[in-house]
Amino acid sequence: MNTMHSNKTMGGSGFADLLGNGQTLKQYRDAIIARTKDTGYYNGLEKLELRDSDPIGYEKLFSKLRGGVVHARETAKKIAASPIVEQEGELCFTLYNAAGDCVLTSTGIIIHVGTMGAAIKYMIENDWERNPGINPGDMFTTNDCAIGNVHPCDIATIVPIFWEGRLIGWVGGVTHVIDTGAVTPGSMSTGQVQRFGDGYMITCRKTGINDEPLRDWLHESQRSVRTPKYWILDERTRIAGCHMIRDLVEEVIRADGIEAYEKFIFEVIEEGRRGLMNRIKAMTLPGKYRKVSFVDVPYKHPDVQVSSAFAKLDSIMHSPCEMTIRNDGSWKLDFEGASRWGWHTFNAHQVAFTSGIWVMMCQTLVPTQRINDGAFFATDFRLPKGTWCNPDDRRTGHAYAWHFLVSGWAALWRGLGQAYFSRGYLEEVNAGNANTSNWLQGGGINQDGEIHAVNSFEASSCGTGACAVKDGLNHAAAIWNPEGDMGDIEIWEMAEPLLYLGRNVKTNSGGYGKYRGGCGFETLRMVWNAQDWTMFFMGNGFMNSDWGMMGGYPSATGYRFEAHKTGLKERIAIGDSLPLGGDFDPTHPDYERHLDATARVKRDKQCITTEDCYDNYDLYLNYLRGGPGFGDPIDRDPKAVEADLNQKFLLPEYARKVYGAVFTQDDDGKFVVDLDKTKARRAEIRKERLARAVPTRQWMKEERERIVNKHAATQVKHMFATSFGLSEKFTKEFKDFWSLPADWTLTEEELDVPTYGSKHRMDLSLLPDVKTVVQVEE
Amino acid sequence: MSYTNEQVAHLVEGTLDWETTFRMLSMPKDTSRFAQYLDALQAKVTFTDKIVLPLGPHLYIVQKADTKKWVTQCDCGHVFADYRENWKLHAAVYVRDTEEAMVEVYPKLMAPDTQWQVYREYYCPTCGAMHDVEAPTPWYPVVHDFEPDIEAFYRDWVNLPVPERA
Repeated sequence: MNTMHSNKTMGGSGFADLLGNGQTLKQYRDAIIARTKDTGYYNGLEKLELRDSDPIGYEKLFSKLRGGVVHARETAKKIAASPIVEQEGELCFTLYNAAGDCVLTSTGIIIHVGTMGAAIKYMIENDWERNPGINPGDMFTTNDCAIGNVHPCDIATIVPIFWEGRLIGWVGGVTHVIDTGAVTPGSMSTGQVQRFGDGYMITCRKTGINDEPLRDWLHESQRSVRTPKYWILDERTRIAGCHMIRDLVEEVIRADGIEAYEKFIFEVIEEGRRGLMNRIKAMTLPGKYRKVSFVDVPYKHPDVQVSSAFAKLDSIMHSPCEMTIRNDGSWKLDFEGASRWGWHTFNAHQVAFTSGIWVMMCQTLVPTQRINDGAFFATDFRLPKGTWCNPDDRRTGHAYAWHFLVSGWAALWRGLGQAYFSRGYLEEVNAGNANTSNWLQGGGINQDGEIHAVNSFEASSCGTGACAVKDGLNHAAAIWNPEGDMGDIEIWEMAEPLLYLGRNVKTNSGGYGKYRGGCGFETLRMVWNAQDWTMFFMGNGFMNSDWGMMGGYPSATGYRFEAHKTGLKERIAIGDSLPLGGDFDPTHPDYERHLDATARVKRDKQCITTEDCYDNYDLYLNYLRGGPGFGDPIDRDPKAVEADLNQKFLLPEYARKVYGAVFTQDDDGKFVVDLDKTKARRAEIRKERLARAVPTRQWMKEERERIVNKHAATQVKHMFATSFGLSEKFTKEFKDFWSLPADWTLTEEELDVPTYGSKHRMDLSLLPDVKTVVQVEE
Repeated sequence: MSYTNEQVAHLVEGTLDWETTFRMLSMPKDTSRFAQYLDALQAKVTFTDKIVLPLGPHLYIVQKADTKKWVTQCDCGHVFADYRENWKLHAAVYVRDTEEAMVEVYPKLMAPDTQWQVYREYYCPTCGAMHDVEAPTPWYPVVHDFEPDIEAFYRDWVNLPVPERA
């Protein structure tokens, strides 16, 4: 049905009538939007005729399609060789209706519900049906971050689905590739500061006809990246999955009829919209929730070597969120006051932000199979134009948008956690998430003598946030990957010229609390059998991006450890001691005792660096963060503290200081907590707290003086200046809160740091013949 | 789906068996939970004021027994303020804004740099319970986290009579 079809479109001029109803795709989509807006129901569907008249048939349709989409993902991923896809499951497949609205999706990285839909909508809005034409058997490839992709390494293949010569939908498949040919290797790199260094960028390009990739595309794309073997197999994974799903749709239509199918693919979206509202009413409570997150962008450091002087400054990304849950179960997420985009790779397109929310929500509010665009239609997003989450400049870099997306969403977790707690659904509370880093990346010539790039996805298994009834899970998951898997050491050692000298739970990394956050883990890697090798660090160090909850502390921040000229080759040869296992207590480092005295070691909080040179036998510590804690730590069961001590999840010093635990250690090294003494010590801690505290309003007077005098580090002032520059409302609220004089201002110009982008910007929509798709209030 | 009062009380205490906890997680939510939750909490606290909405492990919006006013209150009985106000503005606060203060809670390399981020610990001025830890930049306004629409919640969402409010 879909293959070897004659051209329906002209490829240059004329009207293709792809839908067979005399409408262009844009007219068709506009009408759906209008009916949705006018009625409040998706596509005007106040009644769900198919579902209500034939509920069992409806469910069977759902099960067949959803099961087939999941099956396609599980089968296709076996084609891939990249551990990112094959081990970590960084892929997903999604079925769309002809307007590009998501009908249902597979498991996996379901942020792409919206990102591939945005690409389809971009093709619709920009008349792809006329040129380059949309035909059965076509394939389109996209990874353009300016039209909705999260970051360039998420490559999507999109295939139109026809029935009897009529376009009835699309299927998209996405994989996270190891390398995109960016300025530096690794696919989520830090060396570039603009789109122009972000790597190979493809804008909904027709890359295949008659189910076969075009040779010019294959030749060009494969030499545009560092890892063509993985690239080729990733593409075959995507194509195979898309074609399996297209076949599935045809099979379903043959069995159930086109009429039922076409009703289903709209009704299920409306059902998804109602489903979210019902879940909100069933689990939360109406009101306003305000939360905020931050993350550090320390680019002033000499180990961040970028090509542009205007990017050399320390800055902070700011994500304030006001979540309003309305009485009808709909909600609004407003990010007024967010900081401006920056000259780095951590910017995010509005669709990356809005679509990404569902990868979280399927783990808490809507843990069902029915994830589709219905949830989007039940949600009002406000992402002010010009912010880091909705840039207004076509130059922005996006390679590691996740650096702050994860943190930006932390506000939602905490807001929902408050709602669950207040309503008594304590089992659902999650204090937040780990900043899912470090990202070990780099490249060079690998152990097989080939040009190679690495991007370790061990970060798929960070510590999770604490719950209101139990601790977070240790080294378990990443919020962007519901499947969470750190991957096997043996597989990573095959994919990377880096041997493991340790893989351990990271002591003291989980946020303290009555229930503590899950601990992260750390792996010590030694470069082995590589040539001309480089690596860099990517994560949070000077700041925590997630807070604790209701008296719990945030998790520990990151830090970096790397060592060069280690002497390990000789030490191994003579059987001398080696640095093995975890970096148990960084205050009293042990690794250095097993390296040559002349080794060059970097131990600091600079957790973003750019490509640095590594010789064989150099060391790199990959420390994956823990999750935040819940509740006052001195409410923690002393026996749980004892267990943490004995499992080396907690340093004794902090068991005493933070948990108030009083304990002894026997000759075998086993810790035993004294319950009575601990109780007494905790009573003292309460008194000590009050002795050092002051009334909040008294402290505010002192803080106000610091603000009036503009006493703060430059990066703090820069963050506020960019938020003030974009939001009069945030500025007014700030000044009102601190009772600042009317003439008090703070601008970027007065900070003596580069200000490129603060005044002069050009949006993608200003390019000739480009119609951007806007799906949020700006 | 529903659970016994005893099971909900165990959930509040953190002593519920995993099998039941897992069922709570995986099955549709029990609509009677909120009322059972209030009962379990009311049985725990030493004050006589009626709990209107729990805010944290030791923090509640309560209806004062004598005046019927709704206030935010610690479980030790300390009243912070009217329930519509930001209770943190009426708390005792300790700000970890130096390296010395920060290494009291995390090893040096694993704590934030206070030139970027501080920790603000909000305590009950009477009993010293730590109700919240904010982790903002310096200068950041004290966040007013939550303004629940309690009337709508009771009336329209859980079908319970709205407690009297003076």
